[in-house]
Amino acid sequence: MSDARTEVLSRVRAALGRPGAGTTPAGLIGAAPRDVIVPREYRGAGEHPAGSPEVREQLVDRLVDYKAHVQQVAEADLPAAVATLLSSLSEEGQVTVVVPHGLDKAWLAGMGDGVEVREDSPAAPLPASELDAADAVLTAARVACSETGTIVLDGEPDQGRRAISLVPDVHVCVVRAEQVVQTVPEAVRRLGAYPERPQTWISGPSATSDIELDRVEGVHGPRTLHVLLVPPS
Amino acid sequence: MSRTFLGLPRTLRRPDDVAAGPDEPFGAVPHPQAPLRWGDAFPEAARQTLKNGQLRRNLGHATQVIRAKRAAVVSEVPDWEALRDAGSALKERVMAELPELLAELEENVTARGGVVHWARDAAEANRIVAEIAKAKGADEVVKVKSMATQEIGLNEHLAAEGVAAIETDLAELIVQLADDMPSHILVPAIHRNRTEIRDIFLARMGDAPPDLSDVPRELAMAARAHLRRKFLSAKVAVSGANFGVASTGTLAVVESEGNGRMCLTLPETLVTVMGIEKLVPSFEDLEVFLQLLPRSSTGERMNPYTSLWTGVTPGDGPSEFHLILLDNGRTDVLADTVGRAALHCIRCSACLNVCPVYERVGGHAYGSVYPGPIGAILTPQLTASTGGVSGHHDVNAALPYASTLCGACYDVCPVKIDIPSILVDLRAREVDADRSRRGVDPWAAAMKAASWVMSDGGRFGLAGRVATLGHALGGRDGVIRVAPPPASAWTRSRDLPAPPSQTFRQWWAKEHGRPADEGDDE
Ligand code: SF4
Repeated sequence: MSDARTEVLSRVRAALGRPGAGTTPAGLIGAAPRDVIVPREYRGAGEHPAGSPEVREQLVDRLVDYKAHVQQVAEADLPAAVATLLSSLSEEGQVTVVVPHGLDKAWLAGMGDGVEVREDSPAAPLPASELDAADAVLTAARVACSETGTIVLDGEPDQGRRAISLVPDVHVCVVRAEQVVQTVPEAVRRLGAYPERPQTWISGPSATSDIELDRVEGVHGPRTLHVLLVPPS
Repeated sequence: MSRTFLGLPRTLRRPDDVAAGPDEPFGAVPHPQAPLRWGDAFPEAARQTLKNGQLRRNLGHATQVIRAKRAAVVSEVPDWEALRDAGSALKERVMAELPELLAELEENVTARGGVVHWARDAAEANRIVAEIAKAKGADEVVKVKSMATQEIGLNEHLAAEGVAAIETDLAELIVQLADDMPSHILVPAIHRNRTEIRDIFLARMGDAPPDLSDVPRELAMAARAHLRRKFLSAKVAVSGANFGVASTGTLAVVESEGNGRMCLTLPETLVTVMGIEKLVPSFEDLEVFLQLLPRSSTGERMNPYTSLWTGVTPGDGPSEFHLILLDNGRTDVLADTVGRAALHCIRCSACLNVCPVYERVGGHAYGSVYPGPIGAILTPQLTASTGGVSGHHDVNAALPYASTLCGACYDVCPVKIDIPSILVDLRAREVDADRSRRGVDPWAAAMKAASWVMSDGGRFGLAGRVATLGHALGGRDGVIRVAPPPASAWTRSRDLPAPPSQTFRQWWAKEHGRPADEGDDE
């Protein structure tokens, strides 16, 4: 294996005209490239601050465009909103919801008898078949980007393992106003503080454009995305 | 070992799918011997596909839809040109610093519990994947759509080793069920309409509902049901990667359906095959490419799902991660100072969707898993060590002629690859190779170019840009010594004054802020 490594790297050096033996497979030795300065004239941030009414409005607009469901819910009303939403998922009123072990337990305080809460953690993971049998998953988020309608999860205890927000058919995601930034660079820079965390960028429910390039919502990931957006308190 | 792998001669069926009837209309293109070189040379292949009216209607419709979507979401980004400039320069920097960045990526992936492998060519990459699958006792792997694994013919190789590769992207699934070849780098089944897809599902997908209609939503649901069991039970997954971040060892897969997330998250073992050119220097650079790619490819503000992972995360996702860094001809591309820009490609497919030639002839005419304008510059260069750019004897040497040089591909390319100039350069190289091999035969080569460009009036109008491109080849004194065909036939015997740096139409567009004529692009 180290042979292949040595050979590929020596070919790359030959292709760039660096000193050393060897050529590329076609027997070539390339010329050295010029020095490159990367221009960063693009917007590093938007005109509206994180959590402002403008970015929240834009996030809602984009999410609705992706056919996600969005409600703005005050912090105090979250337990009731979560409970109502989850029990509405089943006509019989029996609903199983998966939650990550670090979720704010206050969000679950309004839950009625019909809702069974299953906790998942890296130490005690639910098997995929159980996730498949669950009706929904409830998570927090790390950051959201309003211009693109994107919510990012980074696997921390209030968001859980990647599998739990993937296999259940309904994803209920709580996003706080201060987590909402306007542009992609602002989001990436927040996420760049912990680049090693596994990230899932979510922009609406799963979808495909593979048939005549027409967008159809709902394929392998959750077919329904509910976002509960919490304004500043 | 150092030659580009040419693939295996076989067709491939999934083990649990219904057997094909004798007269099914699918599988017009059985899996070829070589993923980068199959079928007739472009002019003949195009003559054949041009006869297929259904194909042209399907493609015309799909590319029109995607062009409109792309134009709408690109126009709402105020700093689009600045993002393109940054993306282009970043990729140029990656190429210039490739040895250091590759070593940095390797170090960071390894530090986070991943295993890095290097593959000189397709055979070596295929062997590594097969060995990992077998070591895990897997007779089946689930796959995320990936151009790198198409390019190396991985599915065919795994089948020969007794391992079934299950494509999970909807369009790849359609192609696989039909025993077809992809015809587009983003939407491999773009040449199929909804009715054909329904028929393919009914004939080949064992568990398709018998009353399946051709409504896209129903077709997508049938695919969901079909693949669910596979996702939940798979032990090994194989993916490509859109980006690999050198400074952190983070890999990125950009997708829509969630099949990517399933493959990247549920199986215990993940194997990722990535071309050595897919690097970005630092995590922050993703802020450029994650803006450029979705809007250019599916015409969305953001694709539904993007997954980023760094090595192994204990308790979350695969417990074993292998990264295979693939050369397979890329270093030959890198060695050419003009052609190396083809390695900047982020596989968005925008250049295919705007190309008047691609729209008419379809992807299969290019005889490579990389069709369209990017394929016309990438395929010959990737196959350089086996003759791809060197003359009449190689079908891939005809690919740089599969263009009107209208420039639409350059205008839409999110990383500003000057495809027309590279096409012209490759044509000149091919003519030079011919000349040194068998003496001057300039008219044959010139006519090869002219035949496509001039065979109808509309195309000829678009060819105005070719004259301007000649300017780039002019020396300091503004005189062209070896011009691109068709003019090259003439410059053999006399020098030609370089044409002005702008055509009339370009001058008009600059002066008036809009094109003098409406091209095929938005
Ligand atoms: S060459 Fe440019 S436009 Fe074409 S697929 Fe690559 S990145 Fe996209």
